[in-house]
Amino acid sequence: MCMMQTARVISTYTADVSGVPSALFELGGMVIMHDASGCNSTYNTHDEPRWYDFDSMVYISGLSEMEAIMGDDEKLIGDIVSAANELRPQFIALCGTPIPMMIGTDFDAVCSVIEKRTGIPTLPVKTNGMNTYVKGASMAFLELAKRFVTKKDKAQKLSCNILGVTPLDFSVNTSVQSMKNALTERGVEIVSCWAMGDSLENIKNSSAATVNLVVSLCGIEAAEYMKNKFGIPYVVARPTAAAFTDKIAADMRLSAQDGVNRITCAGESSNENARVIIIGEGVSSNSLAAALKLEADIDCRVICATDDMGVSLGKRSVTARDEDELMELINDASVIVADPLYKPVCPKGAGFVPLPHEAFSGRIFRKDIPDTAKDIESVIAQIERIL
Amino acid sequence: MLTRVGAEVSDKGARVDFKDASFPAPFVSGLEYGCSARGTWNIVHTGMLLPQGHEIFVCAAGCLRGVVLTAAEMNATDRFSTVEIREQNILDGDMEELIIEGVSDILSKLTVMPKAVLVYTSCVHHFIGCDLPLVYRELRKRFPQVDFTDCYMNPIMRKSGLTPDQLMRRQLYSLLKEREQDKKQISIIGNNIGIDKGSEIYSLSQKAGFKVIEITDCKSYDEYQTMAGSCVNIVTNPVAIPSGKELEKRLSQKLLSMPLSYGFDKIEKALDELCEYMGLPKQDFSEKRKACEKALSDTLSLVGNTPITIDYTATTAPLSLTRMLLDRGFNVTSVYADSFNALEKEDFDYLKKSYPTLSLYATVHAKLRVLPRVSEGKTLAIGQKAAYFTGTEHFVNIVEGGGMYGFDGIVKLCALIREAYMSPKDTKSLIQIKGLGCGCV
Repeated sequence: MCMMQTARVISTYTADVSGVPSALFELGGMVIMHDASGCNSTYNTHDEPRWYDFDSMVYISGLSEMEAIMGDDEKLIGDIVSAANELRPQFIALCGTPIPMMIGTDFDAVCSVIEKRTGIPTLPVKTNGMNTYVKGASMAFLELAKRFVTKKDKAQKLSCNILGVTPLDFSVNTSVQSMKNALTERGVEIVSCWAMGDSLENIKNSSAATVNLVVSLCGIEAAEYMKNKFGIPYVVARPTAAAFTDKIAADMRLSAQDGVNRITCAGESSNENARVIIIGEGVSSNSLAAALKLEADIDCRVICATDDMGVSLGKRSVTARDEDELMELINDASVIVADPLYKPVCPKGAGFVPLPHEAFSGRIFRKDIPDTAKDIESVIAQIERIL
Repeated sequence: MLTRVGAEVSDKGARVDFKDASFPAPFVSGLEYGCSARGTWNIVHTGMLLPQGHEIFVCAAGCLRGVVLTAAEMNATDRFSTVEIREQNILDGDMEELIIEGVSDILSKLTVMPKAVLVYTSCVHHFIGCDLPLVYRELRKRFPQVDFTDCYMNPIMRKSGLTPDQLMRRQLYSLLKEREQDKKQISIIGNNIGIDKGSEIYSLSQKAGFKVIEITDCKSYDEYQTMAGSCVNIVTNPVAIPSGKELEKRLSQKLLSMPLSYGFDKIEKALDELCEYMGLPKQDFSEKRKACEKALSDTLSLVGNTPITIDYTATTAPLSLTRMLLDRGFNVTSVYADSFNALEKEDFDYLKKSYPTLSLYATVHAKLRVLPRVSEGKTLAIGQKAAYFTGTEHFVNIVEGGGMYGFDGIVKLCALIREAYMSPKDTKSLIQIKGLGCGCV
């Protein structure tokens, strides 16, 4: 048997089930993880930096053995209805974990009953705890789009929704605001930001935008949906330092005009001889690679270590989730740019540039997470010192 | 700027007067909230108490995430590995093979072969009917030099039989191998935080010429194995009673249950039993009692009528502690707990009768997420959750009793209460550290 699922020493990315509340956290809803217990503390300890200061209603169902065996969905429904009637959230989202998947919980039916009893929009998000946060957040944003975004008059000016923003990729430093500033400075009006620092009301107006900017793969399904439903094209890239952000803004302008989607962060060359390897989420890592090329003429290869959502991120990028697979791909690297928890598996001769990622190391290195929308000078300096 | 969301809600259903509370579960179960207090230990922390052991978790990504980062925050990733379950493993029915090959693969790559391996399986294995005996037979065959034990991360079973916490504390001692018993050696088992060496358990044992061993003091696997030579196991945490019973059956070690209590008579009764076992005559604890009364009186003089709130994570006997303080004039206004251990029934009934308007709050009830977390004026909390829910900076930062036991423990706890009253703490930073006392950063 190919041992592609073992990790001797490295961490695990945030799972899909945590991606859901992370995506919906600030929108006034109630998110329930249908789970026995563990997801609760995992999410609010390691995956949610806003937990202490922001009272978002994220709960677990507390599924028990007997409820699972007996298929007692009525307990789940009753508990959610009871809490929702008291707390009156703007919406309810129900996501799943391994046992509900194994027993075949009918999320659509359960959500339909809850909605009928409470009159509150209820979204089924069919996670199973076996994929990365990218998939969970993406599914949550898709459900949000399907349920709340209605047709609005198009803005006259270049305007966008920023899709795929969670602290798992952007932490809680200045990154999100810097990204917004960088876009507005380049003449892009922001209709909504999915979903940090924004409201459900703004998100409902998303169809007024002329283009969507997908800044992590968490936003890809909502972008696809809005392309099909409202004809809004999308650009895939994360604003990273000045030169690459200029390119993103230019591509957004083009896409708004010709209606064609663009994966701006995708590399055109395979960079097969490049000895700098970036490991992380696909859009962030490829955007950093593109920015490093433009700012400092550094060629990189990228390993997308999360779900790639079937998006082709170009020739320099490969997807790999497992420790053995990763070790093979990085064994000839001179420099590895990755979360510090990857360091133990890096080849001895390679230099290591730490780039903490909340979705991998959680809160451990949070204070060291850089605001790459502003600049990447420190990353460049560290790479150049090693090279 | 982040702001609080949600409607204004009453505390109905999440708070009850003691006179109206039922035992052992005073609140209706429903959706569960997890507050930011993280000081209690989890099964990763407890497993790491085994010297020279290595933990391997076999779970889905969602379940792995929390335990992996627990190990990382302990700076113990070199003693921790994972095998990730994916959808195809459930559909293909190759779970046994996944565990055997995954664990084998990990062990073959470790630079130093561990003396013992704790393999944690999950809810999925229980539901899928995984043949765990076959798995362990094969692993023991492949790695005869390694001691394997079966551990469980199956919270879905927390209402069926032993809880994951009880199972963990039992399995931690399951690797002890029978050996000749030393009639002058006793073990204290089941505590994450070792019993304070100043407690009467230690002083009396020393007086009787007995050596006391706890896993928290063991530096090597061989030293851990010497616990098998004890003739008696003391259990002070009720959660570890199944562990004591298992060892009594398997290694013929007598179980001496001495649950943590703040009732003077109960403490004395437990210590009398220990003395009797060790062959000591009945001891006179009157001076000890006086010392406790003085410490309590000094503390009361300092804190006066300051409202005090207590939570169940601070001690395994929160109702006994509440009773002791109320009976001595302290202004305990509330207790935070979702359920109670059967051993607390007597104290529960006493509080119900003697202090009927004392408030009892849930900690996991959905409303606790949005109820105000502020107090009017200075409030003193004993425990992290009590501190969090009352929004106070004056709190005693302990879990599981903090190792303080007996009369000596009460005197020391009083000192901590006085210190908490005098000096504010950075509640937000302190309570979010996982596994208080385990070395987490």
